[in-house]
Parts: sequence; C-alpha cells; structure tokens
Amino acid sequence: MASITDAALAGEVEADFSAVDKARVVEALSRLLPAGALMFETEDLRPYECDGLSAYRQLPMVVALPTTEEQVVGILKLCHEMGVPVVARGAGTGLSGGALPHQFGVLLSMARFNRILSVDVPARVAHVQPGVRNLAISEAVAHHGLYYAPDPSSQIACTIGGNVAENSGGVHCLKYGLTVHNVLRVRGVTIEGDIVEFGSLAPDVPGYDLLAAMIGSEGMLAVATEVAVKLTPKPQLAQCVLAAFDDVVRAGDAVAAIIAAGIIPAGLEMMDQPATAAVEEFVHAGYPLDAKAILLCESDGTPEEVAEEIERMRAVLEQGGATEIRVSRDEAERLRFWAGRKAAFPAAGRISPDYYCMDGTIPRKRVGEMLSAIQEMEKKYGLRCINVFHAGDGNLHPLILFDANQPGELERAEAFGADILELSVALGGTVTGEHGVGVEKINQMCSQFTKPEIATFFRVKAAFDPAGLLNPGKAIPTLNRCAEYGRLRVSGGQLPHPELPRF
Amino acid sequence: MNDVIEQWQEKVRSAAAEGMSLRPRGGGTKDFFGRRADGEVLDTRALSGIVSYEPTELVVTVRAGTPLAELESMLAERGQRLPFEPPHFGDGATVGGCVASGLSGPSRLAVGALRDFVLGVKIIDGQGDLLAFGGQVMKNVAGYDVSRLFAGSLGTLGLLCEISLKVLPRPAVERTLCLGMGPADAVEHLNQWGGQPLPISASSWHEGELRLRLSGAEAAVAAAVARIGGEEVDAVDAQAWWRALREQRLAFFAEGDLPLWRLAVPSTTAPMTGDWFIEWGGGQRWLRSDASAEEIRRIASGVGGHATLFRGGDRDGEVFQPLAAPLMMIQRRLKQAFDPAGVFSPGRLYNGF
Repeated sequence: MASITDAALAGEVEADFSAVDKARVVEALSRLLPAGALMFETEDLRPYECDGLSAYRQLPMVVALPTTEEQVVGILKLCHEMGVPVVARGAGTGLSGGALPHQFGVLLSMARFNRILSVDVPARVAHVQPGVRNLAISEAVAHHGLYYAPDPSSQIACTIGGNVAENSGGVHCLKYGLTVHNVLRVRGVTIEGDIVEFGSLAPDVPGYDLLAAMIGSEGMLAVATEVAVKLTPKPQLAQCVLAAFDDVVRAGDAVAAIIAAGIIPAGLEMMDQPATAAVEEFVHAGYPLDAKAILLCESDGTPEEVAEEIERMRAVLEQGGATEIRVSRDEAERLRFWAGRKAAFPAAGRISPDYYCMDGTIPRKRVGEMLSAIQEMEKKYGLRCINVFHAGDGNLHPLILFDANQPGELERAEAFGADILELSVALGGTVTGEHGVGVEKINQMCSQFTKPEIATFFRVKAAFDPAGLLNPGKAIPTLNRCAEYGRLRVSGGQLPHPELPRF
Repeated sequence: MNDVIEQWQEKVRSAAAEGMSLRPRGGGTKDFFGRRADGEVLDTRALSGIVSYEPTELVVTVRAGTPLAELESMLAERGQRLPFEPPHFGDGATVGGCVASGLSGPSRLAVGALRDFVLGVKIIDGQGDLLAFGGQVMKNVAGYDVSRLFAGSLGTLGLLCEISLKVLPRPAVERTLCLGMGPADAVEHLNQWGGQPLPISASSWHEGELRLRLSGAEAAVAAAVARIGGEEVDAVDAQAWWRALREQRLAFFAEGDLPLWRLAVPSTTAPMTGDWFIEWGGGQRWLRSDASAEEIRRIASGVGGHATLFRGGDRDGEVFQPLAAPLMMIQRRLKQAFDPAGVFSPGRLYNGF
C-alpha cells in the first residue's frame, strides 16, 4: 500500500505514488468490474492520455468505466485502501488539463453515466447522470418551454459532470449565472466511499455551503454520480444587436455604458479585428471587416420587453460612437450573428496550425489596457493573438496562434499566456474565469494567492479527501512549486541574474 | 483600517493561544438566530466603510462593519441594489452580519440567494492570518470557492473583514397583485407561473390571500399583470408591505409567542394543515408551533426539505436540521481547517462548532 507523507498532505511537496503496484490494482479492480469496464493495455489507454489541452499528455495506469454508483463506491474504497490516485473524467473537453491522467492512478471515466433520470416539469428540475451532455438537457426539455441556462461553447460535447467540476459559464452568464447558480444538488461519492448529497431541492441548506465548494473543485473533493439542475423558462423572443467600433477602447467603454444604463443584456460579447477577420473567412457571418472591434449585445424576454430594451441598447451604442449598428431581423439572422462568435476557436484553428486559449477575467474597465498590453506582447513573443471575450463579465479568451512544429513556438506561446494571466491578476482579476486551473495555470496560482491561502486550500481539500487521492497535483500548486516558480518568475521585465547569457 | 485588522489578528492569535473564544458581532440584530454561542464579543463595527464601488462593474467591496442601510442607500443613489433583499431585523444591521447569517429576502426564488452574489472575501482565520479568496470579478474559478463557504457560516469559520458583492440595477417598474385562493391552488399556480417567462420577483400566501410582485421592464410587467389578473395593490402600500414581510413585522411574525419555524421545501410540496405562511414560490414556509423539533424535522425531511428553529424555543439544542453523518464529518473538518483552536463562535451553528 502506498502512503502519503504529511508534507504532501499539507501541500508542501507533491505526493509520490511511484510505489503503487499496477498488477495488484488491476487484479483488485477486475473483481469489482465486468469485462470491458476495465482497461490497462497501452493501446486501450491511449484515447485517455489528454483532455482538451492536448499539449499535456500522460497515459493513466488503468481506465475504469463504471456504470453504477455501487461500482463507483467500490472503486473509490479500493483506491482509498490501496493509496491509488483517482482522476475523474467526463467528455474530456476541458481546456486546462484538469482530466489529465495520473501516471500511477485510475482514470475514472463517467462516460457511461449518460442517462437523464427524470424531469420534474412543475418543479422545473432535471435529474441527470454526470455523463449527460450539457445540450442534451436543453434538448430533452425544450418541448416544455424550458432549458438549462449555462451554455459553454463546447455544449454539444461537454458533460454536466465536467461543468460541475469547472463551474462552466458560457455566453449568457451575465444574466443567467454560472453552473453554481443553476445546479441545485450534486450527489456524489467521497474517496472514503461515502455517498453524499451536496445542496438540496429545497432552498438554502443548513451548515457550510458544500455545494459551492464542490462546484468548480476540478474533481478534487468528490466524484459526482447524479446532478439536479434548475431549468429556466425559455424567453419568448431573443434579438441581437451587432455594433461596430473604430477603436477597441471605445468598444470597451460602450460595454460599461450599457451596464451604467441599467441594462443587463442576455449576452454581451466582443471580438477584435483579427478575430473578426478569422471567423468571417470561415463562417461568413457578414461581420464588418473594417471595424477595430465588434460587440454582440443580446436582449431576451417578451416581445414588448425586447423591443424596449433593444431601443435603449441602440441609443447607448450610438452615443458610445458605434460606426454601424445592425439589429437581427429574424431568428436566422440572430443565429448568424452568433455563428461567428461561436466559431472563434475553430476559426483560429484554420488560420494557424495551433492555438492556445487563455481565460483570465479582469474588471471590465481595464479591457482597453489589457488589449494594448497584448499587442505589445505579440511583438515581444513574435506570435499573433486574436481576441474574443465575454465582455459583459470581463472574461477574456485571447487565442495565441503558434506552430508546435516550429522549435520554441510552444514555449513562447506558453510564456505569452503566462504573461497575460499575470497581468490579469495585476489588473485586479483572476487567472481563470471558467476553464479551471488544472495543470495549465498551476504556476500562475502562485502569483494570485499567498502561502497561507494555498495552505488553506489544501486543508479544505483534506476536509473532503483526507488521503489526498482525488486528482492530486492539479488546481492548487504545492508550496514547493511556488517557491521554485517564484525564483524563476520574470518580474517587472527584470530577469533574475541578467548577467547570464540566455537563448 | 489596517491597524484595526492588525489588532484583530493579534486578538485572534492570543485567543487561540489561551484557548479563549471570540464572537464576531456587528449591530447584534441577528443575535436571536442560530444556537446560543459563547465567547467574548468582538465588535466588527470598528471596521467600516466602502472600499470600492463602481456601478459599471456591478461590484461593490465593503468592510464588514459597514451598516447595511448605508450600503443600500449608496447603491440606490446609482440606481442599483442588493438583488437578494437581505433582511435587516433591526437598525444597525451590518454587511458582515448579513453575509454571515446568509439570509435572503422575498426575491430569493427569482434572483438567487445571498450566496449567489458573494464574489470574494477577506478574512482572518483561526490562526490570525489575513487571507483573501475570490475577488471582484463575476467569473472566477481559481481555487476552491471559499467565499461562499462564509455565506451563512454564522461567524464560525473566521472573522469577515471585507466582502465583495455583485449588485444589479433596480428594476424599472414594480407592481403587486393580490389574488384570493386556497393554499393548494396557490402552490399549484406559483409553480405553473414559475415555468413560464413571467417577471414574478416575489410571492407570499397567507390566510387565503396570494400576493405577487412583478418587476422588470414596463412592457413586460404590464403584459404579466394583464395575464395574471387579480387586484392591483397601491404602489406605496405594496412597497411597505414587502418590506414588512422581509423584516418580519407582519402580524404573523411579530405577534404571539410560539417558536417560529422556517421550513425550506421543494416548491411543489403540497400544503400541510395548519397556519402556514408561504413564500418563495412555495419553497419557504413558516410555521408557529410548539411541536417537538423531532416532529417538525420529520415533516420537513419527509418531503426532501429541512427545518430551522428560526426564533424562540430552545437555543441550546440544535436549531438547524442535523445533517447526514458523512456531511457532518466534512463540516467538522472544514471548521478545523479554518479554525483549528475553535476560537470563533463555538456552537453557534451546530453543537461542537
């Protein structure tokens, strides 16, 4: 049996799991799971070696594909007894490496938990298994005039379990909230094999809000087996305004002006000129190509409400110096406006062999500053960056374009990204708005949090997972790592030891 | 203000070293809530004032001892508000006490709970360390969501110093309707309406009278008023009435001396016999009763809800519904994680922490 040192549990150093005995784990798991639910040959493990962040790859020791909660309990109890790490995985669409397998661990795929268990229409609640796709929920309840509000770009593929792990957002969260605002209850299993229910179908559970802790915890506190989501009545009508600006800062100011006018748009997105050009070539949304930035501003509600709000939006945007304003005339045009924004990632993939998506959030008023800084960084790193973001909530998705086959470009892209994230923190924001920390942003966590704060995160984890076996090494950096990273970090443009030659 | 924080850090460290306990307290307006707690009172009103407020960011950062009324009137000047309508329960309620009690007002079911609007906190933990979690932005998944753990923690996890809250514009129009119907009809209608895109922002039912508040754009509210029917309540009276409900000044709450129970239940739960006051689209139901805690909790858990002994009764027993054993264990360990020496308000939430 592998055991974890106190220093590892306290978050000082990484835990060492190299003593885990694969043969014994496989043998024990095969007694719990039927044939076909357990994989341990290299060729079977290959499809699981990465998630949506494919720059990081690691084969798991074994893959388990349970179909029942009882099996999940069995697997977790066994891993707890044997000291084996467990990494839970949904559809593997995550962008921060949160589902990157552990070399000495069990990759717990929840893909077979793919049933919508029941829909309570009068109560507006759907009970689903964690492997159900986000969009499948809305599709299943559409005929009742209901939908599940959070809509991450990957919603055709990503699962609700993964959304819970990352607290996923989408383009409508300014008005409708994130996963944490739309999930009522998560049933799950702890590493000790206890079945727990966080949250409730009744409002405001007593005690500390464990549901909030569980949501966005990147699979490090418990494994979800059932999720109760809130369903929202579908608005009767949605209409979208497309506004063009000849200056990105002016576009940013217009975003603030809309909020200042007391309007909370259903969606408020911004794209810069290079992003507009990239998507236009791909989806032909009809975007104005001469604009330095475009805003997409959506209103939804009753027809009367939408008409009133669109007029107010138009007035604010005109006053804010928009060079062109178009209002969608029908549903087809509205969807065309959005098609470009939703195609930003694949469009980046078309104009560049690789791209690296960042996810910082900053106060809205700092958007202009951030965009100018990114332009400087493009020169510094010799790489292009196209910018799309959820302007309404200050969540940026700069897409850094690079070619991994060119020596040094991946490293430059990563350094570029790290610069953006650290600037996000410096501007009063955060390193991740909705994609999670995973393995990707773990170093930047050291610039956002102090040593005692990081130590507190490890204690919070230990309250749920005292053995430190759920997704170890993700999301929260060890103090040792921060110490090393702190030594290496370039601060204020000054490299440590500037006298040394660098390549 | 840094010197106040430093004094508090020192106070916490020495309390931890000497095995003493502290009870953070603002205006004392919610002293009645939770279990009876021990500890020397630490008056949080010494740390007061707005740290930053920018209406276009929809975020306000406030020191914990700031009077809630002061914050609300500042927001109102800029046409904004705390969307969850927190109850004050008296003059002098502070923002820290509001967050620590975790209580939301009439708009809870329409806009979300207090915890949904907490974006970040600065706290002093049980070892005297000043820690910051979350931040001033609406989307933030860096680290576990510690800020929301403090919402409703009743001062047992740490000492709140600063809180960042999401705020929203005040609705352009509010109108209130009154309809006569029995409790079963009321619960059924509320859930039906809840499934439609109607701007219902609050509801209450008591003694055959259902009141609905509609908030939003003028056109949307007018359309809903026409569709729902019933009698419209005068705007000034309506505003006073919703405020009285929020502050528990209506006769149902203010008169009589039987313990006041709050049952949170799934909104579609069929009404039970007795004199109930129903809010939140059917999700929050009040009862005055001297029945045993066991009996009331059995009723609540029988329908998938939970019961809180809100006012009166035995404040030395459990006032919140006991949790399943594995959850209780996680709660205890969380308390340990933040406050290993048990400095903060021991016993206020559950016996033992």
